Amino acid sequence: MDKIRALIVDDSSVMRKIVERSLRQAGIEIEQVVEASNGAEALTALQNNKLDLILCDINMPVMDGLEFVRQAAGLECAKGIPIVMITTEGSESHVVQALTAGARGYIRKPFTPDQVKEHVLPVLGKKP
Amino acid sequence: MSTDTSFITRSHEENWLPVLELAVEEVFEIMLGSRVKPVAPSEGHTPHGEFTAMIGLAGALCGILTVCCDAKTAGQIAKKMLGDATSSAEEIGDALGEICNMIAGNFKNKLAGTDERCMLSVPSVISGGQYSLHSMAEGNSVETVLLFEGAPVAVRLQLQS
Repeated sequence: MDKIRALIVDDSSVMRKIVERSLRQAGIEIEQVVEASNGAEALTALQNNKLDLILCDINMPVMDGLEFVRQAAGLECAKGIPIVMITTEGSESHVVQALTAGARGYIRKPFTPDQVKEHVLPVLGKKP
Repeated sequence: MSTDTSFITRSHEENWLPVLELAVEEVFEIMLGSRVKPVAPSEGHTPHGEFTAMIGLAGALCGILTVCCDAKTAGQIAKKMLGDATSSAEEIGDALGEICNMIAGNFKNKLAGTDERCMLSVPSVISGGQYSLHSMAEGNSVETVLLFEGAPVAVRLQLQS
């Protein structure tokens, strides 16, 4: 598998590290990780970096993950970059809102590396 | 995964205790690889509240969930979450806040019909034990104390009546 450039969006720096570790444990080779602590930072990062994957929390200050997905959907630079939500919000309405806005996957916290593998590999065009 | 724990039928706080305990056990097992079990109140395990993480709930469930432990235990939790990496004081607070966040999310997701109508705040963490917490949501409360690597961790849910 080619190495990927990932944007990890979470207001917790600990969680960003855990998500990155989970990607590596899932066998995904990483060329670069860009971090953002809210949706607004993520929009800036999206416009300043070439990315292959975005992993995004929902409940964050400044701009939440659902609003980020909605705004990213209107950006040319975001076209073709899969977004997978990783969040404690487990309700069907949140899942539907995220997928309707343009997210390609949804992982509920707490999560295992296997769940990351199961949800992320397909959006990268790989078999889990 | 939702259990048969309808919010409507669970009108008494004692019914929420096993759901809260299950939510805590799952978070510790999945995110830290640690099995924790509740201890009986009579066993006298009370954590020194040197770190307290809290998260607000609003909507169908209105109140606050706190996770409280001593500084050494908070450090162990962060270390387990991050692997063998050394954890700074900031990371220790961040880790405990995330544990609190995941417990609250996991708990409400297990209450069928409630997860859609209950919102969570971002977590906050207090370090230092010399404080008093006065929640505006004084009412029903459930509390469980679990042993993590032999040290007590208290998880308390206070809900508005």
